[in-house]
Amino acid sequence: MITCEQAVTICHKNQYREATFMDRLRLWTHLAVCRQCARFSRKNSRLTDLCNQASLRSLSEAEKEAIRKRLDQVRGQGPAN
Amino acid sequence: MTQHALHPETWVDRYADYLFNYAVVRVNDDELARDLVQETFVAGLQSAVNFKGNAAERTWLVAILKRKVIDHYRKSNTFKGQAEVKMHFPSQSDQEGDWLEQMAADPETTRENDPLENEELGLAIRECLARLPEKQALVFTLKTIRGMSTEDVCKELDINPSNLWVIVHRARTSLMGCLNQTWFN
Repeated sequence: MITCEQAVTICHKNQYREATFMDRLRLWTHLAVCRQCARFSRKNSRLTDLCNQASLRSLSEAEKEAIRKRLDQVRGQGPAN
Repeated sequence: MTQHALHPETWVDRYADYLFNYAVVRVNDDELARDLVQETFVAGLQSAVNFKGNAAERTWLVAILKRKVIDHYRKSNTFKGQAEVKMHFPSQSDQEGDWLEQMAADPETTRENDPLENEELGLAIRECLARLPEKQALVFTLKTIRGMSTEDVCKELDINPSNLWVIVHRARTSLMGCLNQTWFN
């Protein structure tokens, strides 16, 4: 039997599809008997669903760097403040 | 009333993703959205002297971005000439079966697919993400939004996997709490 702490970690890994089959088996058996972890697991999955639904986007580090460079240029020449 | 100040050197780190999400929903084109974000920052720098400090920095930048989006559509409209109006008339084949059942949208699916609602959700998540300590926000972004593998994130940030999962745990727990307050109420 795994501890709650271990169960929570597996639960997180599972959100990113990085839990092994054995991990998931251990998680399920734990969730079957531990109400608190079962509740946490449900909330955690809900967060994953929301993030997928929002289809969050972000710029890559390279794209951000390009913008930073452009801004430095502008700051170099523009009306200084 | 509190006076706000501008810190242009932190703009890209603090607002680029927020503004990018805002723009991408409206123009539906990654590259264009990225350009609009850049133009927004540039315009912000150039008109920084006009900043009165009445609004928060981000609100002010969003207002500039809004103008940029409108300008974009205005420009593309002059090339097209008159706006095209497309109407969809159900064809013969659409009329078989129960009309009401077919034309009425399933409330569940429209909710899930409503771009505006999803955008609001996205911005709510961003708000919550902005409240996290920097490292937690970064790890969460790399794993969840960028979809990077644990191995790659560990390499990039020079941390070990168990360290990473502790950070993920803190980030996700805080996000759940934050969204509970902002999104579900």
